[in-house]
Amino acid sequence: MKRNLSYVEAVREASDQEMDRDKSVIVFGLDVDDPKAIQGTTLGLVQKYGHERVFGTPLSEDAMTGAAIGMALAGLRPIHIHIRMDFMLLAMNQLVNIAAKSHYMYGGQVNIPLVVRSMIGKSWGQGAQHSQSLYSFFMHVPGLKVVAPTTPYDAKGCLIEAIRDNNPVIYIEHRILHFQKGYVPEKLYTVGSGKARVTVKGKDITLVGISYMQVECQRAARYLESVGIKAEVIDPIWLSPLDIDTIAASVNKTGRLIVADNDWITCGAGSEIVSEVLEKLQGKREIKVHRMGFAPVTCPPTPPLEKLFYPDGRDIASASFDLVKGGKNKWVPDEQIDLKEIEFKGPF
Amino acid sequence: MNARFYRSLYRIRRVEEEIARIYPTNKIKSPVHLSIGQEAVSVGVCLALGSQDIVFGTYRGHALYLAKGGNLKKMIAELYGRTTGCAKGKGGSMHLIDVTAGVMGGSAIVGTTIPQAVGYAYALKLKRSSKVVVSFFGDGAVDEGVFHESINFAALKNLPIIFVCENNSYAIHTHQIQRQANPKIWERVKSYGIPSERIEGNDLFKIYQKVSNVVKALRSGKKGPIFFECTTYRLKEHVGPNEDYHLGYRTREEAEPWLKNDPLQKLALLVKSKKRQKIEKEVEKEIEEAFEYAEKSPFPKDSELFTDVFKN
Repeated sequence: MKRNLSYVEAVREASDQEMDRDKSVIVFGLDVDDPKAIQGTTLGLVQKYGHERVFGTPLSEDAMTGAAIGMALAGLRPIHIHIRMDFMLLAMNQLVNIAAKSHYMYGGQVNIPLVVRSMIGKSWGQGAQHSQSLYSFFMHVPGLKVVAPTTPYDAKGCLIEAIRDNNPVIYIEHRILHFQKGYVPEKLYTVGSGKARVTVKGKDITLVGISYMQVECQRAARYLESVGIKAEVIDPIWLSPLDIDTIAASVNKTGRLIVADNDWITCGAGSEIVSEVLEKLQGKREIKVHRMGFAPVTCPPTPPLEKLFYPDGRDIASASFDLVKGGKNKWVPDEQIDLKEIEFKGPF
Repeated sequence: MNARFYRSLYRIRRVEEEIARIYPTNKIKSPVHLSIGQEAVSVGVCLALGSQDIVFGTYRGHALYLAKGGNLKKMIAELYGRTTGCAKGKGGSMHLIDVTAGVMGGSAIVGTTIPQAVGYAYALKLKRSSKVVVSFFGDGAVDEGVFHESINFAALKNLPIIFVCENNSYAIHTHQIQRQANPKIWERVKSYGIPSERIEGNDLFKIYQKVSNVVKALRSGKKGPIFFECTTYRLKEHVGPNEDYHLGYRTREEAEPWLKNDPLQKLALLVKSKKRQKIEKEVEKEIEEAFEYAEKSPFPKDSELFTDVFKN
């Protein structure tokens, strides 16, 4: 019988098992040791490993990121947690100027084994500053690794990989994905970079879904079945380094690519993926591409506008239909109740 | 002891004078922020430390690097951009590092290494180590939010760290009184619950004595952190090898008392002339060899561009 865990439980288990295995692993961030325990992802760790290895911090994202780097320089493997990714903007100097660069600018003398966990929010009025993804900011910088696992299985395997990596890794969760359940082995295992996962096989169009948008791409593939279109869906999992070969091989087969990003489109991960695929396939294969993502506005909290802000499975299916059939067809599938997003209820 | 102080101080001054002398030849293609005038703070603090102790510095870091025992040849080679440099030519003057000497680097972004020093101290405490960390920064760093966040956390966790503010009155060309409502930095720091005092006038002996006492206390279990504000004066321009009184943001008259009070000159009087000459001769030879080493060292190979991005 396969063991099913939630994404939250998978993250918690990975942290627990790694802390147990390696006493240089420590966990900190605002509220990691409070009763809510970062949506449950750090539950029980302080009781098991004590207040020195698991501690809440002052509201000092900048200094605590610098402190994490200092701890890493001293041989620890810190996991620094932000309950929303938006807060990482307060830590950009330390992440970009020091964490990313130290190994290079010190000629390989030091390295920074650091994991920064953070969550992207969505719905229940998360609004302007609780909804941003920002991963393209980090993908831009040499020296940082970026991972955005979608499933509980990958959440555990990627977190263990990130903890064991000798470099800074930006580990990105999505609040809605926290409720996903799936098979998670009890043993320790890693899901490393360099291998994107084909989650649905198809031949007509390639859909790349990043973070939560992976779920919506899989829903789009289901909607497209009703009109006889077979979509191939890919989860890149690791955004940096990115496995472009798996994506390009799929597009070489289908001739069509949609990247559905959980972020704004301009200069985003989707733009990067489309560009790299075009560079690889130009002159070999005529392809059609399309990028989808947030509306190019600040995320509004009011439900009717927020619904328009995010693309969903039906929007992706509609865009896919146009790419496959050509032209603007205005086909939008009727909503299927089993392909509807869970209603996330707050407060957080 | 005076001879030890003199050697360190003389060595740093002469290395930087050589850097300034060579600079117009364009062999050093790196911004240099010279410590000339400020060396006494680094020397006073570092001679009170052991080689196992850890320091984090700033972009004006030549004095700290040398005072703490950083390798001179590797430093000059780094300024020359050579592969034998302390960072293989990938760091430059602002990012000098020598891990074996406990010199953990510097940053071009003011205030940036302060929290790293604090994090390092946290790790030492967790490991029950008897080492101490010293975080060096200037009065400009005190303007930065990260300074306040960092000292608060260090105080909260009672970390084995000494904060040393090298107050030279200027952030580039802007005076402290144009930037800080209360320029008594040590007084503000006290409000965080950190024992704190100001040591005036580039006083090497006082700095050494006070830091020695604190280091001893920290090693024997006294709770940190401790804060020292050391007033000092930069005699050269913010960046580059020259003086800058012509710019008009400060006057030569302002510098006069500091020149008269030059710790190097004062110390020279305390070391017997024979001993002093021996030190000077040895240091001059060492400096000559270091520059020769840099000149003769190769530049990095093209393939070095792509190494050291990630550690395996």
